[in-house]
Amino acid sequence: MNVKDKVIGIIAEQAVLDPSDVTLDSTLEDLGIDSLGLVESIFAIEEAFDIQVPFNANAPQESDFDISSVAKIVEGVERLVAEQKV
Amino acid sequence: MREMKRVVITGAGTVNALGRNVPDTLEAMREGRCGIGELDIPDIDRLSVKIGAQVKGFTAENHFNRQQMSLYDRFTQFTLLSAREAIAQSGLEFAGELAARSGVVLGNSGGGMTTLDENYRSVYEEGKNRVHPFVVPKLMNNAAASHVSMEFNLKGPAFTVASACASSNHAMAQAFQMVHGGMAPVMVTGGSESMLCFGGVKAWEGLRVMSKDACRPFSANRNGMVQGEGAGVFVFEDYDHARARGAEILAEVAGFAMSSDASDIVMPSKQGAARAIAGALADARIDRSEVQYINAHGTGTAANDKTECAAVADVFGPYADSLMISSTKSMHGHLIGGTGAVELLACIMALRDGIVAPTIGYEEPDPECALDVVPNQAREAKVSVALSNAFAFGGLNAVLALRKV
Repeated sequence: MNVKDKVIGIIAEQAVLDPSDVTLDSTLEDLGIDSLGLVESIFAIEEAFDIQVPFNANAPQESDFDISSVAKIVEGVERLVAEQKV
Repeated sequence: MREMKRVVITGAGTVNALGRNVPDTLEAMREGRCGIGELDIPDIDRLSVKIGAQVKGFTAENHFNRQQMSLYDRFTQFTLLSAREAIAQSGLEFAGELAARSGVVLGNSGGGMTTLDENYRSVYEEGKNRVHPFVVPKLMNNAAASHVSMEFNLKGPAFTVASACASSNHAMAQAFQMVHGGMAPVMVTGGSESMLCFGGVKAWEGLRVMSKDACRPFSANRNGMVQGEGAGVFVFEDYDHARARGAEILAEVAGFAMSSDASDIVMPSKQGAARAIAGALADARIDRSEVQYINAHGTGTAANDKTECAAVADVFGPYADSLMISSTKSMHGHLIGGTGAVELLACIMALRDGIVAPTIGYEEPDPECALDVVPNQAREAKVSVALSNAFAFGGLNAVLALRKV
């Protein structure tokens, strides 16, 4: 499974939706994921890819991880996986 | 001066080793059934204490959805199920002014000990560097009170009281006072505990006050306490409010008292206990000759049981021999911060049903506990006044007085 499908799977599970209902241009808000759901999703992403996501819930916009859409999250995860590969 | 309100109990709920609800628990108490057995927890082979009154075969997923499961420690789960039973029995729905003024005060000592244990295990033993994001909201010991307030829309005073083994009694005393003084028409109260995990039991082992085979309060061959888990939750309501809506009244909370030994962090004091018992009688304006039943703190340790009996003998004098005192911990174990709440059920049963729960496991009389401890078998008796004792580590005592309505 590629990064995109895996990330969509995690977000879909959090939103209690079928993965086919999670499109790349969806925002977390569109999907009904609140702030607790967001930190849980980030935790699940870290676990699934064995990476560290630089995200501070106090200042999401200043974090070096864009969560403005599913596509941005996928891009961010792809970058982190490449950077943190050992 | 503001007019003081009478306070009555209009709902009760519980989850403990004896039952998943009040009727099952009371039936077990009537039958003198023991909820203590072999613990089913990881690494039991590394514990020297292998017994406890565990809530077994409990599938939390049957009661809570996935999001709730990620936020509810076992102590919160037990609390919510108990609160659902109690509030359903009361028939109350919290909306508008009633919701704005009603609240929840619960007792708890260890917080989410299982959550803490599991996460320490993952970072220390498994060497993981990441824990689930909800560890803190799950383990904080006000989590149960907060979730009760959210599920039932209770917007008035809400907090958790921690005074070790007296937590529930202190919490219920607070709730009583709030309704009594007119601050809140209804308070949801009681307490819960769940520390039957490897780290929890290991810590208790260290004190060397735990029995390895059974809890035998007041028996000369007693050899320590046995830990339990679960919750008890009650609806305390202004009597006039309850009457106006035709609610069924389980019992009246007539008064309470608290005291501090101010002497030792673990050894109990007769004087401290006696002051709390006498104080509760005075607060409730009950003469010592009127008390027929005391639900004892009765932990089954050498120190507690003889000190408690001496305190009762001091307070009741010539009447000590005519009252019944039993320790239901012999059946449901010691629920620490939740214990007073589950034990209040035995007081309600005595007052309402005229059945006094026994002290089971009683084998040999102890001259230092020479009271009627209702050994091994429940007894039918007319009870119009009952007390519930709680004497905690740290020397913190809280005694509640209940009256038949």
